[in-house]
Amino acid sequence: MSKERIQISEDLYDIMPSDYQDLVKSSTYGKEDRGWKDIGTSKELIEQHSLCAGCPESMAFRYILASLPNPEDTVMVGSTGCTSLVFPMVAVHNIHSLFGNQNAVASGLKRALSVRFPDRVKDVVVLAGDGATVDIGLDMTLQAWFRQEKFTTICFDNELYANTGGQESGLMQKGFVAKMAPVGKLFDKVRLPEIARESGCHYVVNCTVSKPSLVEKVIRNAVHIAREIGPTYLQLYTPCILEIGKNSMEGLQEMRDSEKPAERFAYKEYVSEPAKQLLAELAAKDKERKAAAKQLAGQASA
Amino acid sequence: MAETKSIIGTQNKKGQTYTDAWKLLNEAPRTPSFFTGSEVIKEAIRRASCDVMIAYPITPQSEAAALIGELFAEGYVGDYFRGESEFAVMSQCAGAAFGGARVFTTTAGPGTMRAMENFPMWAGSRLPIQMIVTCRGINSPLSIQPDTLEIAYLLNTGMLVWHAETAQDFFDWILKGYMVSEEPDVHLPLALCCDGFFVTHTKDVVNLTPADMCLPPYDPYRSPVPCMDMECPPVRMMRDPFVMKSNYISYATHASWQQEIWAAVERSRKHSIHWLNGLIDAENTDTDIMIVASGTAVSQGREAIRMLEDEGVRCGLVKVKTLRPWPEEEIREATKNAKHIFVPEFNVTGWLAKEIKATIPNHHRVHAGPHVCGGMTMPPEIIVNEIKTALGMKKSFVMAGRGS
Repeated sequence: MSKERIQISEDLYDIMPSDYQDLVKSSTYGKEDRGWKDIGTSKELIEQHSLCAGCPESMAFRYILASLPNPEDTVMVGSTGCTSLVFPMVAVHNIHSLFGNQNAVASGLKRALSVRFPDRVKDVVVLAGDGATVDIGLDMTLQAWFRQEKFTTICFDNELYANTGGQESGLMQKGFVAKMAPVGKLFDKVRLPEIARESGCHYVVNCTVSKPSLVEKVIRNAVHIAREIGPTYLQLYTPCILEIGKNSMEGLQEMRDSEKPAERFAYKEYVSEPAKQLLAELAAKDKERKAAAKQLAGQASA
Repeated sequence: MAETKSIIGTQNKKGQTYTDAWKLLNEAPRTPSFFTGSEVIKEAIRRASCDVMIAYPITPQSEAAALIGELFAEGYVGDYFRGESEFAVMSQCAGAAFGGARVFTTTAGPGTMRAMENFPMWAGSRLPIQMIVTCRGINSPLSIQPDTLEIAYLLNTGMLVWHAETAQDFFDWILKGYMVSEEPDVHLPLALCCDGFFVTHTKDVVNLTPADMCLPPYDPYRSPVPCMDMECPPVRMMRDPFVMKSNYISYATHASWQQEIWAAVERSRKHSIHWLNGLIDAENTDTDIMIVASGTAVSQGREAIRMLEDEGVRCGLVKVKTLRPWPEEEIREATKNAKHIFVPEFNVTGWLAKEIKATIPNHHRVHAGPHVCGGMTMPPEIIVNEIKTALGMKKSFVMAGRGS
């Protein structure tokens, strides 16, 4: 899709919702170096959502949507949970079907898009919670990686079932007392990033969403590697402030506390050899593009 | 976006000519061929211009699913792979259909049950996926034998449900099925059912259309809901998720969405009548005694009727072709003269008899049976005996091992 596709007929302009008018006027579809810095100066690809005030997941959504390298040709797949409150407000095509089947849906979707558009880039990005990714949907999460399906899987890890009211999940920390874990969770947080690496993912990152520039970098890397090489996995800590007893303004600090070197969301990254090579090529191209732009700017001012 | 010039008469990469579906199925020359039901599924898909087929092994559909893999290797199907379970496969089918592909899959018995959560989602998402169901036992103890109980579970999913009697039905209905379910005013998935083994594993003469002619491709831009490929404006595709709000408007929206699915099932009626030449086939509807059946029970009923005729007892027959849409008017009309209506079935609960009882006046006329299940065959003699017993006549046959 190009930005031309979303143009409004002049006769109908005034009756279109203002969020759509804004999207046509100032969204960043097709902007090559789009990123988190566009937030505030352009129309974001997310409209009002109904997440709790201060929810780190809403920050994560905004950074991710600002960082997708190719939103005009990206289809997202979600799952049931808090994320499904947001997806209807997102200006990229997105699919919600059932709880936990997101990587299966994305497998079929990616293959259909490859059959239908063999000469065009169509990125597929899965975004689901930890219950969907690691518990009910683990089978399909892993199997998509085994098959080397070429899409990105993002897990919003809030370490519990938030949307159903704070029950134990596989990514919950051991010992945490929650609904359905009345004496504290009895086993360790599932080590999905390591499992992802062993299952064939070419790029795995475990981090929080406290830094937008970092989110931008890992999203771009993950999407590019998935497009060219194979599956990628991002596990992003988006704490449920409601269920861990924090206030609206405390989400950011919770993430900062959890990403300290010895903590469970200290930045961890795995990049396969072919993925390293691709990232190096992309960095070289980016450098070339910037140099050319600089030269052009120099000529213009001379 | 949608093609503006006709694709009919042009060729695909395999050299097959895209042919008007009505001409392909009703006017093109036919070649009699001796094939198993599984091979017939392959031959139909060869002509179906399928984009994606997703497979999983379960008896008795494994052979058909593997044969379509061969078609993929030959280049007749856009993509093909083995999923990890039926639940995953049906979700993969959904993803492919959301992405605008013509999708095909096959399943059976426990696989149908494992995948069940997907089927109302398919219908609710208006995905015109075609799924072959080669029915087999679903209950414990384990059985891989023919049994149609699983069809009962499909009837309220919002899918179209057709029940093929023969391999010939199968061949024609796979192709016709896409034409009905892809209509913009229908756009629903189709469960095309048959009785496993009896149809899949036996050979029959089937009249095939030419292999160098195929269906026109699916056009996802005729869908009543947007195709998820970012080729049209992506603003608030689904509006608010209905379930997430507790207010009247969300309930009302969800209610009207469901009503629309069932309205689409109803709208498929006219297309199904057009393509299948009616939702039922009826013979000798002036008689006192009628057999109403679907699937291979129809074949057995036909044989029982011949045997009864030898004894001077006239009996009519209704072959029910579509279970959804349900041929209510047709069955009422065809059975209006009958004093006794027999419903032979390959399952223990008799779901077809229940549907018929809920449809016709004076439902005490319905004799729900005979039933066989768990892989038992249904010799026409037991239908004859059932009818004669009900009429107070002396039984014609002693059936060894059947308690008679």
